[in-house]
Amino acid sequence: MTISQSNRQKARSLTWQLVAMAIGAFAFGFLVLPPMYDVFCDVTGLGGRTNEVATVVEEPTTTGRVVRLEFATTVNQYAPWEFGSDVDSMTVDIGGVYETTFTARNLSDKSLVAQAVPSVSPPQAARHFKKLECFCFTSQEFVANEEKQMPVRFIIDSDLPAHIDTVTLSYTFFDATKMARANVAATN
Amino acid sequence: MSSAEISTHHDAAHGEHHGPAKGIRRWLFATNHKDIGTMYLVFSLLMFFTGGFMALIIRTELFSPGLQFVHPEFFNQMTTMHALIMVFGAVMPAFVGLANWMIPMMIGAPDMALPRMNNWSFWILPVAFGILLSTLWMPGGAPASGWTMYPPLVLQTGDAFPFLIFSVHLMGFSSIMGAINIIVTIINMRAPNMTLLAMPMFVWTWLITAYLLIAVMPVLAGAVTMLLTDQFFGTSFFLAAGGGDPVMFQHIFWFFGHPEVYIMILPAFGVVSEIIPTFSRKPLFGHDSMVYAASSIAFLSFIVWAHHMFTVGMPLTGQLFFMFATLLIAVPTGVKVFNWVATMWQGAMTFETPMLFSLGFVFLFTIGGFSGLMLAVVPADIQYHDSYFVVAHFHYVLVPGSIFGIMAATYYWLPKWAGHMYNEKLGRIHFWMSAIFVNVTFFPMHFLGLAGMPRRIPDYSTQFADFNSIASVGAIGFGLSQLLFVYIVFRCVRGDGATATAEVWDNPRGLEWTVPSPAPYHTFEEPPEVTDGKAFS
Repeated sequence: MTISQSNRQKARSLTWQLVAMAIGAFAFGFLVLPPMYDVFCDVTGLGGRTNEVATVVEEPTTTGRVVRLEFATTVNQYAPWEFGSDVDSMTVDIGGVYETTFTARNLSDKSLVAQAVPSVSPPQAARHFKKLECFCFTSQEFVANEEKQMPVRFIIDSDLPAHIDTVTLSYTFFDATKMARANVAATN
Repeated sequence: MSSAEISTHHDAAHGEHHGPAKGIRRWLFATNHKDIGTMYLVFSLLMFFTGGFMALIIRTELFSPGLQFVHPEFFNQMTTMHALIMVFGAVMPAFVGLANWMIPMMIGAPDMALPRMNNWSFWILPVAFGILLSTLWMPGGAPASGWTMYPPLVLQTGDAFPFLIFSVHLMGFSSIMGAINIIVTIINMRAPNMTLLAMPMFVWTWLITAYLLIAVMPVLAGAVTMLLTDQFFGTSFFLAAGGGDPVMFQHIFWFFGHPEVYIMILPAFGVVSEIIPTFSRKPLFGHDSMVYAASSIAFLSFIVWAHHMFTVGMPLTGQLFFMFATLLIAVPTGVKVFNWVATMWQGAMTFETPMLFSLGFVFLFTIGGFSGLMLAVVPADIQYHDSYFVVAHFHYVLVPGSIFGIMAATYYWLPKWAGHMYNEKLGRIHFWMSAIFVNVTFFPMHFLGLAGMPRRIPDYSTQFADFNSIASVGAIGFGLSQLLFVYIVFRCVRGDGATATAEVWDNPRGLEWTVPSPAPYHTFEEPPEVTDGKAFS
């Protein structure tokens, strides 16, 4: 072959640069994109994501503007639960603190762990729906056939865009038993 | 192609060099770019028929409404495997094979820059597809969640799941190594005086494609690795119950997936940019603008991914951005189409098989481009999404697009590889059968989609029966036509045609036509003198 020494050197360094580029692209996909997506969702409310830790409100002040708040509940993939909202909807004064309850019943003869995941629609309202207390902050344990009433305390803040007059809060109930056991095993 | 002939020719001509090894060792330990190119092309052909067979199972089931031949679960495995095999096993390796054969000869290099890695990147492929195909016999069957592997559905795959992930990893390794090799070859081993802009278009489009591969194949590897850890190691990247989001997978997948569709078409753009000038007997119109157009398409491919997922919900500004960015891709693509047409303008055109496939490419790919524009429009897409209209669209850009590009390239360079002409009459019959049946197969799918038939279903409402029957007849016709292709290539490689001259065609441009046909085992051991750089582009 008639590749000169300097050419060989150049080829070698270019090869390693390209390998580094491929590793960088993997790191971008695996390490950078997921946290970036989280931040993006938190900022834009994409996916109707709401706060995951309790908000503290010092002095709630109502504004007189009201919106209709509707509740929707889903049980994920034939999970053995009955799950519903105790009221279908309520009228909420913006800026005021409210509480409502949801009820779930374990239909199986085993103890199970549930995780409720909230979502708010329209997504522009998600950031302004603030939960002070929620059964979704932690997973919920159910013994066989147990029924539980679970509270949510929330506030809709006054920055809610003016064109929104109805907000839907939806909860999906997931079976997190396997996940919870894995976590227990990991911490022990 | 014909080992006996190449080695006799070679031994007589350059006795001082080692010839190809004998028997299986020649292929197992191959480092010669021509041998590896041949293996890639043969492998791709095998996968093309494997994936095609699966497509025929799909079309047979869909011939009439109701469930008649296969179980719905198996039907889903067929749609998934058909796509994975065609994308990663047929189209991509075919282009890598063409790159291996042609790029060194087109730039005046003796071989690829990294011949041993070249061997490795090929031999990973049969392993990857062996693993993927073996899942058909596993408990729970082959992957059935679509080639897009969306969670949570993909997590319900049976024992095949880790094998699916591992085979995708291997395909990624193979592509990335192939891409690195191609870039290093192009950047470092061009003949003296061949500037970057003087490079032939096929080399240019492959350079851009190789960069796309390095940028996005690792992202796919990352996405499927997250699926793997979600399933087996307790993470919750995509599990809502653990705070993850399945929609994130779609974003990451399509961040890979959209550049991937250009990976599958850019080399075909390069191929027709070589062929149309030869048979128009004119230089390529707007060579440099072709380079800029291909680069713009590559850049834009990174910022349009969410047009695959308008219906999962995103802010209005997001929909507008992805819609306009997608529509913008029509501009550089239009530049390319008009340049091809302008190359033909007032040319002394003849219509040999490679030219016929290239013309079919320009016309039919453009139809696929137009339906792509329709899909890019958000309000229209909400109707078209996940319907047969989408199936029609991407098959128009992939079959008469990528596959016709590969066919055109094969007919164009086959005499150079084999040293003999293929049977021109049979070649033309192959083209016309392919061109007619591809339209019989895929054109009715537009109507099915607009009428509301969803994709990825084994049974459908009776109102869709007629168009489905037509599509199935077309598919079987298209499949059988490809047996003719194998016969033509086989006859040519056996040496049944007339002996090919070094130039093969009428005064073609490019260094590959300056070496004898068949191309000797080693070419350009001394770099060629390129005096007029433009002469070869």
